[in-house]
Amino acid sequence: MIVYLLCFAILLVGIYGLLVKRDLVRLIIASGITGYATNLMLVLFGYKRGAIYPILEKGKAVSERVMVDPLPQALVLTSIVIELGITAMLVALAIRLFEKNKTFDITKIKRLSG
Amino acid sequence: MILPFFIIIPLLTAFIITLIAGERDNWAVILSILAVVSLLILSVYCFVSLNGRTLVYEMGRWQAPIGIILAVDALSAFMLMIVSIIALTAIMFSVQYIRNLSPSWKYYALFMLLTGGMNGVIATGDLFNLFVFVEITLFAAYGLVAYGNRAEEFEASFKYAIMGSISSTLVLVGIGIIYSATSTLTMALIAERLPQNPTVMYWSGGLFVAAFGLKAAIMPFHAWLPDAHSSAPAPISAMLSGVLIKALGVYVLIRLFFNVFGEMPVFSEVFLVLGTVSMVIGVFLALGQWDVKRLLAYHSISQIGYIIIGVGLGTTLGLLGAVFHLLNHAIFKALLFLNAGSLEMALGTRDLRQMGKVSKALPVTSFTSMVASLSISGIPPFNGFFSKLIIFIAAIQVGRPVVAFLAGLGSLLTLASFMKVQRYGFHGEKTVTADQAKVGWGMRAAMIVLAILCLATSALVIPGVREVTLDPVVEVIMNKTGYITRVLGR
Repeated sequence: MIVYLLCFAILLVGIYGLLVKRDLVRLIIASGITGYATNLMLVLFGYKRGAIYPILEKGKAVSERVMVDPLPQALVLTSIVIELGITAMLVALAIRLFEKNKTFDITKIKRLSG
Repeated sequence: MILPFFIIIPLLTAFIITLIAGERDNWAVILSILAVVSLLILSVYCFVSLNGRTLVYEMGRWQAPIGIILAVDALSAFMLMIVSIIALTAIMFSVQYIRNLSPSWKYYALFMLLTGGMNGVIATGDLFNLFVFVEITLFAAYGLVAYGNRAEEFEASFKYAIMGSISSTLVLVGIGIIYSATSTLTMALIAERLPQNPTVMYWSGGLFVAAFGLKAAIMPFHAWLPDAHSSAPAPISAMLSGVLIKALGVYVLIRLFFNVFGEMPVFSEVFLVLGTVSMVIGVFLALGQWDVKRLLAYHSISQIGYIIIGVGLGTTLGLLGAVFHLLNHAIFKALLFLNAGSLEMALGTRDLRQMGKVSKALPVTSFTSMVASLSISGIPPFNGFFSKLIIFIAAIQVGRPVVAFLAGLGSLLTLASFMKVQRYGFHGEKTVTADQAKVGWGMRAAMIVLAILCLATSALVIPGVREVTLDPVVEVIMNKTGYITRVLGR
């Protein structure tokens, strides 16, 4: 139970950062942290205490020991790749925004409003 | 099997374009037009040949609980058809528009990626696969919003990307919760196993309302939409407002909350409240705008409100109105954004105060925008009137006179706001110089096709036509057990 709470705490840190921070780079890092928390949560859902890695070996019986659920790990792998792409996109946009506005402060970048 | 081609064709075209394109964009244009036309033919064929069946395709021949399946029923085929129609007109409009803006094959590659992602979201029957396709679509959308290479566009795209990443986190948490309760990601199996566990349904349902509500830009989650949709190039605004917010937002909400979760009174109430709020506030925010694309973007929020009200009413008539309005809004909002694009191209401004007697200089743009304005305001012979009327009657039928009254009020305010567009934008006193050569035959043809569709789709309310087009769609939405048995082939 305590692990889930800690995982939730990481998620809250990320969401706090997204809501409060005013710096482009910090926003990108905060969005990364929310992603890590989600991935950790997915892995935790598939975890069983004392279970082994989910690989079938030749000559060993399947039911010898319990295995962890492999599917969440596959999901996490996909989600990490997607996050990598999104982070690269955000960084590229942040660089272009800095070139145009000469600042990383989002309170000073507001051409769009109303 | 034709199902995988809905995803293969656009994705393959995107990759071929990046491989063979040179300095000029000729090949990119030819390939993407070919791809979109074949998608339109395929989707129309698919919708016509369904007859109440569900087409299921197992990727790599892996059976449903293990592998990923694609499942297309009447609702999916209907959405695929809308995507193809709007994509075709947007590509027709793009050819000259993008050559005037900054010609590049990158635009067409991203456009095909956008179309492929949306087709994937609509065709898939697997919850995690849906998430992946949502990300593909959004990724292309971020790039296309920033395509014009100006500071505002980067700002809008960054805002959109941050909001998108928040909503992706929520979706992923929701999927994790559902997986931990049901040990499956196939939507039909989830629909079968989830009702034994109502707590999970409330938790994941709340997360999905927030996450896909953010993508559909329902009121408390709408902040990104006016920026992103007004900054993008005009044909992309037409794609985003016309189909993206529906394919990623409304379609997924309908699929999850009717076919997977089954009807839940709490969420119906939530949809009704959120829909009414976004309908009324969206139109009030639109009234004060002078930037024509920003005005249209606020109207998108308001019109999505109508669709969500229809979904929230939950009756057959309400859903009929919602599905019909979804089609109509895709057509007239795409047309309005294309009009705004040709105005911007010919006059060099988007500010209504700097426009004037445009109706003489740009007759086609002016006439088609009149048709679209009448449609969106709900004036009788055009399609918008019928769908709004159906939602109105459905609201009264289930005893919600307040919602019905507000829907009528919203329609009146929409009319007022488009009177302003017509008065200042097209029939003002000021004489303006418009560069007619910048609105070529491709752009005009796209606008005329959509204007004809604005009138032609009114025919869907005629009972004989409705029974073969809209009724099967509503039947799929209302019939949860039918969805499970048809997808799993029992």
